[in-house]
Amino acid sequence: MKTKARKGPQMTNSMIERAAVATPPTVARRIRGLSDRAIAWIFVAPTIFLLLAVNIFPLIWTIRLSFTNFRANRPNAEVEWVGLRNYQRILTDPDIWATMQATAHFLIWTLVFQVLIGFTLAWLINRKFKGNDLWTTIIVLPMMLSPAVVGNFWTFLYQPQIGLFNYAVAFFTGADPTSFSMIGDVALAPWAIVIVDTWMWTPFVMLICLAGLRSIPDSIYEAAECDRASNWRQFWTITLPMALPFLMLAVLFRGIENFKMFDLVVQLTGGGPGSTTELTSINLKREAFEKWRTGYSSAYAIILFVTVFGLASIYVKALNKVKER
Amino acid sequence: MDFNRTMSVAAAAIVAGSAAARADDLTLCWAAWDPANALVELSKDFEALTGHKMSFEFVPWPNFADRMLNELNSGGELCDLMIGDSQWIGLGAEAGHYIKLNDFFEAEGISMDDFLPATVTGYAEWPKGTPNYWALPAYADVVGWTYRKDWFDKPELQAEFKEKYGRALEAPKTLDELMEVAKFFQKREIDGKTVYGAAIYTERGSEGITMGVTNALYNYGFSYGTPEEPYKLEGVVNSPEAAKGLEYYKELYDCCTPPGSSDWYMSEDIDAYKSGQVALQMNFAFIWPGVEADPNVGGGKSGYFANPAGPDGHFAQLGGQGISVVSYSDSQDAALEYIKWFAQPEIQQKWWDMGGASAMRAVVEAPDFASSQPFAQTFLDSMAIVKDFWAEPSYASLLLSMQDRVHKYVVAGEGTAQEALDALVKDWTEVFEDDGKI
Repeated sequence: MKTKARKGPQMTNSMIERAAVATPPTVARRIRGLSDRAIAWIFVAPTIFLLLAVNIFPLIWTIRLSFTNFRANRPNAEVEWVGLRNYQRILTDPDIWATMQATAHFLIWTLVFQVLIGFTLAWLINRKFKGNDLWTTIIVLPMMLSPAVVGNFWTFLYQPQIGLFNYAVAFFTGADPTSFSMIGDVALAPWAIVIVDTWMWTPFVMLICLAGLRSIPDSIYEAAECDRASNWRQFWTITLPMALPFLMLAVLFRGIENFKMFDLVVQLTGGGPGSTTELTSINLKREAFEKWRTGYSSAYAIILFVTVFGLASIYVKALNKVKER
Repeated sequence: MDFNRTMSVAAAAIVAGSAAARADDLTLCWAAWDPANALVELSKDFEALTGHKMSFEFVPWPNFADRMLNELNSGGELCDLMIGDSQWIGLGAEAGHYIKLNDFFEAEGISMDDFLPATVTGYAEWPKGTPNYWALPAYADVVGWTYRKDWFDKPELQAEFKEKYGRALEAPKTLDELMEVAKFFQKREIDGKTVYGAAIYTERGSEGITMGVTNALYNYGFSYGTPEEPYKLEGVVNSPEAAKGLEYYKELYDCCTPPGSSDWYMSEDIDAYKSGQVALQMNFAFIWPGVEADPNVGGGKSGYFANPAGPDGHFAQLGGQGISVVSYSDSQDAALEYIKWFAQPEIQQKWWDMGGASAMRAVVEAPDFASSQPFAQTFLDSMAIVKDFWAEPSYASLLLSMQDRVHKYVVAGEGTAQEALDALVKDWTEVFEDDGKI
């Protein structure tokens, strides 16, 4: 052990020496004139510059635009300062609140289903059985597909006249397959998009949960069995608490993804029927790039940003607390 | 024929003579659909004549406006020539995307009197009703109806219909008759297959349901402002008569369309019709050559009729586009050369022969035009009753509001027709206030 401990610094010293010898004298002289802090800044500066240019500047610019009536498709038109009017319009618009509700419905139910099914699948896959790898591969296939492709072929599956989904429902319930339309009915359409997203992204949650389950040492279960703990007890006191940080991480990832869900739903329903499945991201895109209300949509984007940022911060704090336990 | 050929050669020589010595690469932007393929073929003559090389950028209809308006709004140089939708003309003119063509038309002897008046107003003028031209009418189109003539001709159906409605089963002339025919065919067994009444426009994402519902609204008294007050909305857009028109469209959707047709536009309607699902199909006239050529429904099995009259008018939704020169193009001279070539009567005749829809009077008012195709007379009848959606610079906002309000009522069944139109008036008022128009 002592030898190893000495070997590290010796290697480091020799590396530094080699680097010093390899550095051209002029560069070395110049670098020697700089403080450690200055050298650190030189290395960090490009990243900070990129961050400012790509993230911070657009954010500040968006905040500025949100107080104007600017329209990007009319660059020569006079831009008026409208104060908080955009914010006031958005927050008092019942249609915007309807899209928020649609988003909340989609977000909550996809998370519930994906966590329940994903964790169950992970728990099953974690048990050693024949064909384990094959089943894992089959289960993760949907998440390898493009959301646009998934949206497109599910519109066919949901077709009342030819869709397999309707025929499957008809087979189990005896209902006429043409008597209901998953994407054309106000009551069913919100569930239609939940089903497809769950089908596609449950494998992702499963994989994260599987990583969590496989990180639990066998020795803990062995100790529990010595204490004659039942399977049920082992699940609630060992499996779930130890996999919980992974589960919460999966919820965070899926929550952020689904809050900005766009492509899958546009392909499936186009936001309809009516505005039943018009999620905030779809609505925002329409305001920004179809109606070209740039100022208004900037305010909209800021409101969404604050909402997501606030919720994510609270959630990350909770996640850290769970990890600390 | 010989005379035509001689004239073509002469015109070609004139165009070739005036062509610049330099050959340009021209890009023409349009929607991806059958007429675009015909234009590619037609344009080969222009390439041979002038030495200019033509490239094409075609985008499917659902993404066409998004893609091309982004291109124009960003000052993109991709397109030298744009066959843009009729409603873009206000934006194209006011935002400086298109170049004004008045001087060019005058210098080249191109007269707008040579084109169908409705297409000049719809595709070329801004402001509407003024002689300021930003495009040459390129493709005349209008919403009309196709019906299964072979089903209508079945004696047993004729007899049953006569007994039920007291008149012959034939192409409907009024919206009420259309509803009766659609109801008659809904869920009927024909040749061992369940068929449905009508395929109509219900699409939510782009412009579909608006292009459909207006065919009922116009004929129930709905109007975009009044001649005296072009931005008057209250009592015009949301009049009780207009609300009845919206109720009519909803009833047609509820009673007589195939299951799952909640988001249908041109291609879905075509598919439903060609696969024998529906007796009637609402669609733009551009599909008619394809219907005639189809092995299942063509060759005399289909008939055509103009949008039927309603209690307060007889109109049909205008489709179609004009061709404009994009102001950001580096090859404007060559682009103008293309328009000059395209405006020749013999090229326009060839355009029609190849499946394009000419708006030139010399073509469509020729004595043998009406008998040139089974749908030609219906095309003429329909073009005579056209009305178009707003062509304001803010047309996209106006359109999206209408899509939203109408789809909510017709497909989602939310609220009443009156509430939907009241909400539409509120949305449109906001847009026009933002634009400083009211």
